[in-house]
Amino acid sequence: MRTKRFKPQYIIIYFVLILYTFYTIYPIFLMVVTSLKSNKEIFSNPSGFPIDVTFSGFETLFRKENYTIYFANSFYVTIMSSVILLGVSLLLAYALSRYTDKLSKFLYFYFLAGMMIPLRLGLLTLNDLLYNLKLIDRLWGIIIIYIAMNIPFTMFILTGFIKMIPNTLEESAFIDGANTWKVLRKVIIPLIKPAIATVIVYNFIPIWNDVYFPLIFIKTKEKRTLMLAVTMFFGQFSTNWNLVFSALTLACVPVLIIYLFGSKYLIKGLLAGAVKG
Amino acid sequence: MKRSKSIFAIFVLPAFILYTLFMLYPLISSLGLSFFSWTGYGAKTYVGLNNFIKLFTRPEHFVRFIGAIKNNVLFFIYTILFQNIVGLILAAFINLNIKGAKFFRSVYFIPTTLSIVVVGFLWKLIYNPIWGPLNVGLRAIGLDSMAMAWLGNESTALICISIANAWQYVGIPVILFLAGMQGIPDELYESSELDGATGIKQFWKITFPLIAPVIFIITTIVFVSNFSAFEIIYAMTGTLGAPNYSTDILGTLFYRICFGQRLGTPPDMGMGAVIASCMFIIIVVGVLIWFKIYGERETGY
Repeated sequence: MRTKRFKPQYIIIYFVLILYTFYTIYPIFLMVVTSLKSNKEIFSNPSGFPIDVTFSGFETLFRKENYTIYFANSFYVTIMSSVILLGVSLLLAYALSRYTDKLSKFLYFYFLAGMMIPLRLGLLTLNDLLYNLKLIDRLWGIIIIYIAMNIPFTMFILTGFIKMIPNTLEESAFIDGANTWKVLRKVIIPLIKPAIATVIVYNFIPIWNDVYFPLIFIKTKEKRTLMLAVTMFFGQFSTNWNLVFSALTLACVPVLIIYLFGSKYLIKGLLAGAVKG
Repeated sequence: MKRSKSIFAIFVLPAFILYTLFMLYPLISSLGLSFFSWTGYGAKTYVGLNNFIKLFTRPEHFVRFIGAIKNNVLFFIYTILFQNIVGLILAAFINLNIKGAKFFRSVYFIPTTLSIVVVGFLWKLIYNPIWGPLNVGLRAIGLDSMAMAWLGNESTALICISIANAWQYVGIPVILFLAGMQGIPDELYESSELDGATGIKQFWKITFPLIAPVIFIITTIVFVSNFSAFEIIYAMTGTLGAPNYSTDILGTLFYRICFGQRLGTPPDMGMGAVIASCMFIIIVVGVLIWFKIYGERETGY
C-alpha cells in the first residue's frame, strides 16, 4: 500500500476519482452555466456551455428584485453574529482555560452539552421568547439565535488552543504590569490566530447558508436574508429558469470564495469537532 | 489570568446568558410545552397527556406520525449507506499515495459548503422529468424507458432526495476516513507485507478495523442531521412531503403543524411540541451513543 511503484490498478483508481470529481462538479457547473443562458437556450442546449452568454438574470435581480438589500441583510446578519460570537466565546474560553476549579470544569461541560443538539428542536419556546422580546421579524432576532447555538463549538475549539499556551508567557506580562484585558489582546489572541480563523470560517458558512430561522422568524420582504429571498424566489418564478439559476449562483458566490481561501480552516474545524470532539 | 472571581464572572457571563437563555432554556422548555394546548401567541392551557393521547388515538395524526418516522428512518439508511460506502472507497483510493490527493479531497468537499436549499433546488432541476439532465442523459443513451418523474413517483422520490443529500455531504466522510487512515502507523502495513498481505487484503485486515470507529462517528452525525432535517425536503418536494406524503419526515410534519397550516385552521402548537419532543428524544439517544463510542475510542489503540 505504501510502495511507490506504478501499478496498473492505478488507472482504475484515477478513473474512479476523476469520475467522482465530475459527479461532484457537474451540478454546480450546471447552475453557473444555466445562469448565463437565455431561457430559450436553456431548452435548446440544457446541459452544455452557453453559446450566447447573457447577464440579464443577474441584472434583473439587482435592478428589479431588491437583491442589493438581501445581500446587505445577509452580510449584516452573518458578520454581526460571527463577530459577537467570537468575542463572547473568546472571553469564555480564556476564563475556562485559566481557571481550573470545580465551577470552571462544570461550566465547560455545561456549554459542551449543547454541541450536538440542534436548536430547532426548541423552536416553540424560542418563538415565544423572541415574541416577548419584540424580536420577531427583526434581523437581531436571528442574530441572537446564531450566536447562542454556535457558542458550544466555538468555545470548544478556542479552549483547546488556549490550554496549549504555557502560563509563563502571561505571567511575565502580568509582572510587567499588564492587566488581564491587555494580556488577552497582546499575548493570547496573536498566538491562537489559526484557531480564530478556523472558527470564523466554520461559523460563517452555515450562518450565511441558513434558511430555517429566517423562514420562521422573518416576515417582511425587505428583511429577508439572501438565502430566504432565493428560497421564496424559487417557488414564485420556477418557470423563469435563467432568473432562478442566477439567484442560486449569486447565493453561492460568497461561500465558494471563502472556501477557495479558507478550505484548510474548514477542514481543521471539521476534524477537531468530529474526531477529537 | 489574575485569579480574581470578578474577572472570571465578567468573562463568562455574556456567553452564559446568551447560551442559557437562547439555547438551553428553549431546548428544555419546549419539552414541557407538550403538556399544553395553544394556537399561536395566545394563552396556554395545561392539558396533561392529552396531546400524546391525541397523537396516538386520532388516525389523522397517527398515520402521519408513523409515516414520518418510517420515511425518516429510510432517509437515514439510504443516506448513510451511500455516504459511508462511497466515502470509504474514495478515501481508501486517495490514501494510496496518489498524485493530486489534496485536490480530490478539496473538490469532494465543495458541495458541503453550499446551502441545503440550494442543493435541493439544484437536484430538483436535475430530476426534472422534461429537460432535467438525468432524463436527457438517459434518453441520449437509448434508455428512454428509464426516464421518469423521479420526484413525482412514490417509490423513487425519497431515494432521489437521499442521493442529493449524500452528494452534498460525502466530503465529510472522505475527510474523516482519510484522517483516520493517516493515523495508522506505517509499521503495521510493513509487517503485514512481510506476511504476504497486500492491497485489498491489507485494507480489510488492517485499515478497516482501525477506522471502524469513524464509521460510527459519521453515522451519528448523519443520524442527528437527518432526524432534524427539513430544508432538503422543503426545497425538493415541499412541506407536504409529496407525492402523497412519501417524503414526509418529522421535520416537515413539525413545520406543517406549527407554521404551515392551510388558511383557516389554527395551528396546533401543543401537537407540534409533542413531535419536537419525540425528535429530541431520538436525537439525544443518538448523541449519547456517540459519546459512549467516543469514550471507548479514547481508551482504544
